Amino acid sequence: MPPISHPPLALVNARLIDPAAGTVAQGGVLARDGAIADIGPRVTPGALASDVRVIDCAGDCVAPGLIDAQAFVGEPGAEYRETIASATAAAAAGGVTTIIARPDTQPPLDDPAVVDFLLRRARDTGVVRVAPMAALTRGREGREIAEIGLLTEAGAVAFGDGPRSLRNAQVMRRAMLYARDFGALIVHFPEDADLAGSGVMNAGEFASRLGLPGVPREAESIVLDRDMRLVAMTGARYHAALVSTAQSIEIVARAKSQGLPVTCGVSINHLALNENDIGDYRTFLKLRPPLRSEDERRALVAAVADGVIDVIVSDHDPQDVETKRLPFAEAEFGAVGLETMLSAGLRLVHSGDLTLPQLVRAMSLRPAEIFGLKQGRLEKGAPADLIRFDPDAPYVVDPEKLRSRCKNTPFDEARMQGRVKLTLVAGAVAEG
Amino acid sequence: MSKRPPIFPHRHLLGIEGLSRFDIEGLIDMADEAVDVSRQVEKARDSLRGRTQINLFFEASTRTQSSFEIAGKRLGADVMNMSVQTSSVKKGETLIDTAITLNAMRPDVIVVRHQAAGAVHLLARKVDCAVVNAGDGAHEHPTQALLDALTIRRNKGRVEGLNVAICGDILHSRVARSNIIALSALGARVRVVAPSTLLPSGVERMGVEVHRDMRSGLQDADVVMMLRLQRERMNGAFVPSSREYFRYFGLDAEKLAFAKPDALVMHPGPMNRGVEIESGVADGPQSRIREQVEMGVAVRMAVLVALARNMPNA
Repeated sequence: MPPISHPPLALVNARLIDPAAGTVAQGGVLARDGAIADIGPRVTPGALASDVRVIDCAGDCVAPGLIDAQAFVGEPGAEYRETIASATAAAAAGGVTTIIARPDTQPPLDDPAVVDFLLRRARDTGVVRVAPMAALTRGREGREIAEIGLLTEAGAVAFGDGPRSLRNAQVMRRAMLYARDFGALIVHFPEDADLAGSGVMNAGEFASRLGLPGVPREAESIVLDRDMRLVAMTGARYHAALVSTAQSIEIVARAKSQGLPVTCGVSINHLALNENDIGDYRTFLKLRPPLRSEDERRALVAAVADGVIDVIVSDHDPQDVETKRLPFAEAEFGAVGLETMLSAGLRLVHSGDLTLPQLVRAMSLRPAEIFGLKQGRLEKGAPADLIRFDPDAPYVVDPEKLRSRCKNTPFDEARMQGRVKLTLVAGAVAEG
Repeated sequence: MSKRPPIFPHRHLLGIEGLSRFDIEGLIDMADEAVDVSRQVEKARDSLRGRTQINLFFEASTRTQSSFEIAGKRLGADVMNMSVQTSSVKKGETLIDTAITLNAMRPDVIVVRHQAAGAVHLLARKVDCAVVNAGDGAHEHPTQALLDALTIRRNKGRVEGLNVAICGDILHSRVARSNIIALSALGARVRVVAPSTLLPSGVERMGVEVHRDMRSGLQDADVVMMLRLQRERMNGAFVPSSREYFRYFGLDAEKLAFAKPDALVMHPGPMNRGVEIESGVADGPQSRIREQVEMGVAVRMAVLVALARNMPNA
């Protein structure tokens, strides 16, 4: 993170995307002392003081910086896959100004000292903000509640065991009860480990034809259903990290209509791709949860539009060549995504499925609200974490040019339309 | 013990539940007088002379068992201690068989502690003598509640209208349950303060205010009663760690300052210093923890005398 004090900077002649109001309006935004000092049509070059650095956006979009609610940053313990420096560089290039870091590091983020370490490393080596998600249980083993109070004081913004489901309902119930007392958010990866078994892709015809073991949709819905009942019992704030099926959407929609404090997220991969993209055993598309059918993908996109799905994440998961250049069933799960999440999201805007404010809402405002961050708003006083992007600029994804230490992108050589040109964090240029 | 106390209209003392305010106050009045007996050089009384008292402890206890033993001996009873380590229970005898066997030895009173809630009631139905509950599972510990009420009354002059905060492991605590009933019956406003994981479900319907943080829970408290957190419960199952528990729920000077300046600090013992209570507070000027132990003997004498009055040939 750069220091706060920078000369004032104005982005003018822009299309301002306000995810809270749901509007796109002509105007400018002035950043001073790390925060938005003024915003709207009156922010024009003529109206600004002489000490302000003015950037003419030439009609490009300006939006709150993206908040990626799920990304693996490699530190501590997996620096060969990613470091905070490389992850935040990728983030800045992709318009992500806050990364919520996964807790499944080595050692895991289950101790206040490790959370403190991560925050210090982010301050010293990162170019965008990093907010740690701490482990919900000690060692992420699903048995003992982690120190939710002390970890919150250390700076953790949420609690989850990473991509590992909590099997024991009694432990989950007590963790929820305890978290509720501290107002802490539980982020859970709903997957029944027994049903998922050794599955490597969506269960169904395509998996059967490829001769690969499948993960049924029910592996997700059964755990999600259980969790909704536990939330009703305990009153805990709960966020399903990743949903991938229409069944899950139904479950979350029902819980929301009952007034339960429940939200959910989806990965950009599941909105932009489906199981058929796996094609000839492409391991970069081996994901957890697995890519589903086209019908499921359409249902997920519709759920983002109507707000049942709150958050879109990159699910950035760098994997090195050695773990991906293997037969499909033996390869690791995961794909990088920080740098391409906005471009991939813009596909849905160009196809008419989402509006720009809807996309930005799911990538900035909603994660900010859910994780208790001040970012994500285009309003006076909000942190000046801003991005400028041209939603129409065409390019081809070149894995070699990605900033991440790993190149396992499912959008390998894909044609994209829409690219980030400038990323500001606290009013300072992080990229561009 | 010279004045004839009000009649205690029960054969056993199985719990505070079911006692009237009059019953409770009667026992506390008697106990208040018994305090002086123990403070004299000549402590021997003869209310229970010729009576046989069996202390039947299925669960290890130092202070409660010795307190009952001393109480019985000061009243002139023949006291026999029977603990699980030496009994035939280890050999597989059921609780009921143990009760029938002991009953055949014609005791006059059996003091029972058992790890299972309801076990004392079961035993009471199978014997002909008086039974005193010295703690059954997470259910009741009536003499503890009585001695706590006595300690409070002797220090504050009353129980009525006081704010009493019971803090800690309410879920597993028989002390909490008996105190909630006893202190509420005596007109105190009782609150429980604990993380949700250590609160029994439906506790808010037991006539108490429920608090989940010490600041609000101790606000204006006249009495702060801390409960023991067992070691096996502080490693992630109910609370994450002893350090986190102490940070948010351990009684230290900072948290005690939320209570009234003259608030009493109490603990049924044995204490985990540095977990639920800081040493400085446990041994500080507001602490009544040692006084509670003294009151324990007096209360148990009062209970034994009250029950003896109802025995045949009394």
